[in-house]
Amino acid sequence: MHHSESTAIHPRGTLDFIRRFFANIPLLGWLAGALAAVILEQAVGTSLAHALGLPRIPVLFGFLIFLKQPALIPGALGYVLVSNILPVCIVAKIGAPLFNLLSRSLFRMPIVVTAVVHLAILYAIFHIWTDVSAYRLIMLKLMLISILLTLSLNVINGYMGEFSCSHPGFMALGAYAASLFTVGLFVNDRLFGEALLVSDFAVIFFPLGLIFAGLVSALGALIIAIPSFKTRGDYLAIISLAFTFIVKSFLENLEFLGGPRGLSGQPDWSSLPMVFIIVVLGVWIINNFVTSTMGKALNAVRDDEIAAEAMTVNTRKTKIIAFMFSAFWAGVAGGLFAHVIRFVNPSTFGIQKLAEVLAMVYFGGLNSVYGSIVGAVSISLLGEALRPLEILKWIIIPLLLILVMIFRPRGLISFKEFNIEKLLKPRG
Amino acid sequence: MSLLKVTSMTHKFGGLLAVSEYNLTIEPGQIVGLIGPNGAGKTTVFNLITGIYRPTAGRIEFNGQDVIGLAPNRIASLGLARTFQEMRLWRHMTVLEHVKMACYAKISYGLAGAFLQTPKRRRQEQEIEERAFASLKMFGVDQFASQLPVDLPYGAARRVEMARAAVTEPKLLFLDEPTVGMTPEEMMAMIEIIRDMHNKLKTAIFLIEHRLRVVTELCQRVQTLVFGQVIAEGNPEEIQNNPEVIKAYLGEEKVVA
Ligand SMILES: Nc1ncnc2c1ncn2[C@@H]1O[C@H](COP(=O)(O)OP(=O)(O)OP(=O)(O)O)[C@@H](O)[C@H]1O
Ligand SMILES: [Mg+2]
Repeated sequence: MHHSESTAIHPRGTLDFIRRFFANIPLLGWLAGALAAVILEQAVGTSLAHALGLPRIPVLFGFLIFLKQPALIPGALGYVLVSNILPVCIVAKIGAPLFNLLSRSLFRMPIVVTAVVHLAILYAIFHIWTDVSAYRLIMLKLMLISILLTLSLNVINGYMGEFSCSHPGFMALGAYAASLFTVGLFVNDRLFGEALLVSDFAVIFFPLGLIFAGLVSALGALIIAIPSFKTRGDYLAIISLAFTFIVKSFLENLEFLGGPRGLSGQPDWSSLPMVFIIVVLGVWIINNFVTSTMGKALNAVRDDEIAAEAMTVNTRKTKIIAFMFSAFWAGVAGGLFAHVIRFVNPSTFGIQKLAEVLAMVYFGGLNSVYGSIVGAVSISLLGEALRPLEILKWIIIPLLLILVMIFRPRGLISFKEFNIEKLLKPRG
Repeated sequence: MSLLKVTSMTHKFGGLLAVSEYNLTIEPGQIVGLIGPNGAGKTTVFNLITGIYRPTAGRIEFNGQDVIGLAPNRIASLGLARTFQEMRLWRHMTVLEHVKMACYAKISYGLAGAFLQTPKRRRQEQEIEERAFASLKMFGVDQFASQLPVDLPYGAARRVEMARAAVTEPKLLFLDEPTVGMTPEEMMAMIEIIRDMHNKLKTAIFLIEHRLRVVTELCQRVQTLVFGQVIAEGNPEEIQNNPEVIKAYLGEEKVVA
């Protein structure tokens, strides 16, 4: 008793204390807390912001004003504390016994049901949070899409241990393929003429367009995979980099796809529920793959290919399938992306996109679903916060990445298996 | 029909004749030893038969099938498993995952199972997990199931590698110096493990060793390889007393251990 009191002053002791204080809160409690916070913000956010001397609700936890309006920082910090942190913590902590009770009865049901309930609450939080500003909505959609993109690249660079630079290329293929599908079939367009199919329910065809986008990317991946995985050695990095550039200049030179000006007029089909469902589905399927023995073959190939072969693993087939699988999801991400921005042009999918997604993978952590989520979210937020610095941003992010590489060479949360049951279980 | 029949196998690394006119026959259930000084070409013989290298000349028949030119994974799935002199465990995979991975060729849930949680996938993953545990138990390392290779004591790592090779109950098992780097006590324990496994699985074994003690304990027949050529072949007794063998081993203290 006495001992723990004396260590509480020590920073590590304090951290420990906080951890223990919140240890009995199940994920359900945190979600409920967040839900309460966003509802509260919707109700009184604007008045609270005014009271703190802010012109409006800080849209991204104050990240955006840090560089633009430093004078408002104290107000923004106060806002985040009162409107975000406190409600979440108070509701989660006070309600912990109740949420554990609920969590326990949920846990007795099939894990799918438990997961769906949690996801539904998460969606509700997103929905209410983005209701406050259009900027939040677009930012959140792009962030979700980058989670899918990051995780798909992690399959190759993390789980399989090769270095691929082709994801901007795959994303471009997916973006254009999906746009072709939607603009060509469902929209009256100057480039493709009258809509071929007109229906109020056209949006239900969007998943088909995304599958088409994924398949086109996977086909592109096959073209890279065949020469790259023929022999052992580090050909993939260079071939995949070339691929990204080739796709870009190919698209720049195709007049019927708008050339360097690009394609526009995509219907507004990347709605929040659509993006949310597709990304959740993608993460679920990728996680299924990497946790199966078939998918673990990627790790065997990475750690010792000769041993993998000797243990009956068809290493070439494994690599080709993984690469096409990864490209499929990058293509889907591209398709979603095109319908969020509702405009695509080739220059979006260049070296800057590559740097961004590599930063997300390596910052978050190799061989880890948690890592990809953390990487995509934190680099997205950082990117938004640093936006006023313009080009300097592309110096700061790599520098940060180098720092992480020095202290945690494999990223923040690497080699950690995504365990849904452990994540959702009651904690008291 | 012999289980393995190698005829006039020759292999050159550039100008170096690593294996020359090599012949070998192994019958089902037999234990055959391969001894020889450092650099004699023993591991190369393993690598040639398991498909890592393609021999410059010669024939290899496993279970009546010509296996030259087949990918190593194909040869392995025919029922030829192996361990490595340098162990080759997978750094970031747990012991259980190692042994499950060796069942790769037995998986038939396909891409649908890999991407989705199909009942077939659950059933098969469960099956190979049970098999993997049984194999780990047989080698006395099941308590390490959730550990990574770096956390294993040396002897345990060797056993895990053998559990990985033996889990599919192969027809033929290649062991490349299973007692290398072990104390005499550990060596005796390893001999017992190999003998036990052989009694249980009736697997044929082809064993590379530096120490004569191991081959005399385990093998019915022994080949001596020097500079890529078999200079003597016979039962352990004959080999031990063969003057050519004694000469080849002169100055090699490792062998006497
Ligand atoms: N991939 C390779 N390329 C070139 N030379 C090689 C290769 N592998 C082995 N050698 C050479 O072939 C010869 C036989 O090597 P091998 O590894 O088969 O010997 P060994 O009998 O297993 O020796 P040890 O007892 O040290 O394991 C050696 O001279 C070695 O240097
Ligand atoms: Mg050797």
